[in-house]
Amino acid sequence: MTHFAELLLNGVSMGAVYALIALGFVIIFKASEVVNFAHASLLLVGGFLVAELHGRIGFLPALLAGAAGAALAGAFVEFAVIRRSRAADHSVLAIVTIGVDIILATELTRRIGTRVMAMGDPWGDAVLHLGPVSIAETRVVALIVAGALIGTFLLAFKHTGWGVAMRAAAEDHETAALMGVRLGRVSLSAWAVAGALAAVAALFLTVFPTPGLDRTTGLVALKAFPAAILGGLDSTTGALVGGLIIGVTEALMSGYQGEFAFLGRGIGDVAPFLVMIIVLLFRPAGLFGTRELTRV
Amino acid sequence: MSEPRASRLARPALWTAAALAVVVVPFYLEAFWLMAGLFAMSAAVGAIGLNLLTGATGQLSMGHAFFLAVGAYTYVLLASEPGSHLLGFGLPTPLAAVLAVAAAGAAGGLFSPIAGRLKGAYLGIATFALIFLGQHVLFNAEPVTGGYNGRAVPPFSLFGFSFADTPELVVLGVPFGSLERLWYLAVVVLLASGWFAKGVLAGRPGLAMNTIRDHETAAGVMGVPVAKYRAGVFVLSSMYAGLAGVMLALAFQRTVPEYFGIMLALDYLAMIVIGGLGSVGGAVVGAALVTLLPQVLTRYSDALPLVAQPGTGGFSPAEAARILYGSVVVAVVLFLPAGLLGLAQRVRRRLAGAFPHHPSTPSGSSS
Repeated sequence: MTHFAELLLNGVSMGAVYALIALGFVIIFKASEVVNFAHASLLLVGGFLVAELHGRIGFLPALLAGAAGAALAGAFVEFAVIRRSRAADHSVLAIVTIGVDIILATELTRRIGTRVMAMGDPWGDAVLHLGPVSIAETRVVALIVAGALIGTFLLAFKHTGWGVAMRAAAEDHETAALMGVRLGRVSLSAWAVAGALAAVAALFLTVFPTPGLDRTTGLVALKAFPAAILGGLDSTTGALVGGLIIGVTEALMSGYQGEFAFLGRGIGDVAPFLVMIIVLLFRPAGLFGTRELTRV
Repeated sequence: MSEPRASRLARPALWTAAALAVVVVPFYLEAFWLMAGLFAMSAAVGAIGLNLLTGATGQLSMGHAFFLAVGAYTYVLLASEPGSHLLGFGLPTPLAAVLAVAAAGAAGGLFSPIAGRLKGAYLGIATFALIFLGQHVLFNAEPVTGGYNGRAVPPFSLFGFSFADTPELVVLGVPFGSLERLWYLAVVVLLASGWFAKGVLAGRPGLAMNTIRDHETAAGVMGVPVAKYRAGVFVLSSMYAGLAGVMLALAFQRTVPEYFGIMLALDYLAMIVIGGLGSVGGAVVGAALVTLLPQVLTRYSDALPLVAQPGTGGFSPAEAARILYGSVVVAVVLFLPAGLLGLAQRVRRRLAGAFPHHPSTPSGSSS
């Protein structure tokens, strides 16, 4: 039972981190109707900056710099590529982000090389004991920080002018533009926010118990794709629920690997994708996604 | 559309020259380039399949590498003699190849509950999942796939003629090993699969596919069974991938699971975008560019600026190639929505306009 509680807590914490990534993915989709396959690379940009800078300027400034860097990178991609693309077809726009991803990921993995980079975080490998249940401090912090960021974001989404503009643009592009919403700015800010969220997620993906940032971190971040999809690509609630489902499934499947031995080694890494396919079989638009209805 | 006289003469001449070049090449090129050519031709077959799906029908698939793996491994499984700890069925190799293509198609068919209903990003990421599941199976199902180390590929043989280094064969003083023999096989397979895909695109199915891409509702209203078509094209494209997988396995002579990863799936998308979406020629051009670029850079790395030997800190040839064609993908989508093939057509039209042989006729869409 203790084992189960530990796994569950870890899963929820990881889920919150996946939700951060998925949330960025979803707001980019809502604001500019692009599926951003370069999201994992944006995350890697943020993580790499934190890992490189923390030795020189301290951990917190490095984290801020990482978030700012990833936000800039996201904004730059939107400004230099997405906005200029004349392709009307959405799958072509998705492919252009794949091109961006190839460039960014190749350059970053080249810079990282074979290193495993520490993030310089103050929590180290400390473990918190809650009665019989013990959990790494980093996981608790991840849960709190991710929860706070998501909460702030949702409040801003609901109540600020920026949030209203964003929702209006997502609802109906043309009408929003006619009402004076500046779509370019909305889309630019969405990419920047998504980049910043991804950078924070990068931190928590690479701190204890993970050894650090290495060239496979981008692959880990890919698990947020199924999180976004199974929740529903155009739903912020969906991103949160999807993230939690993915995190908990992964933690449980990895934790009880012995019982799942017949499925092969490393089933925990594949579980998110399995869950997504099963959900999509029953709900093709995800759990909370709007179903497209066409009336003829 | 009436063609100018010069090009009416030039076209057959061009084709003859190309055919001659293809026949002559194995006599002159060294093994390195023959191998590169084999990869390019196999990739072209796979890219044609993906272009039918993503280019012509507008269904984003990121799982193409999975179906390549299904083809490659099914061939190895069926054609190998049973070993001490590896399964094998020892079937005749042509039968194994045909069954491998069928198996890839069947895998695509099994996915049709998803492929027929999902679209856009949902389908893209759902197919993305196939890669991860595929890798998991490839690494774990050791009796079938050989696990991490992969399996040796039994050489192909047709009507008693073996496409291997033995028995020795010398043609006009040039020793014909497996690469030379496979070259001709690959050329024939590529031509056949290109011809078939062109037929599909030019006929009613092609029109239906394009309509689905351009406006799904309109396609449905006009009587195109949309879900059926989407699932069908998915199966067809998987079969192309399976065929490409078999060809790659034969060229590599060993299948390893790592090869069939995300990178490969992204490479195939890059190919069709660079070459030109929705056409057979575009797929071939893109496949040639994406597969040959790393090879060229590797070969001439010491002569190129910015490209360093691996391990010296600069860009290795493979990295330089990836960054280069990543940029080409972005540039093509931004500036040349019809891909390199579209650019070539535009240049040709511009030239024809500059030197008119005829009183100018409005040129329709060329094939």
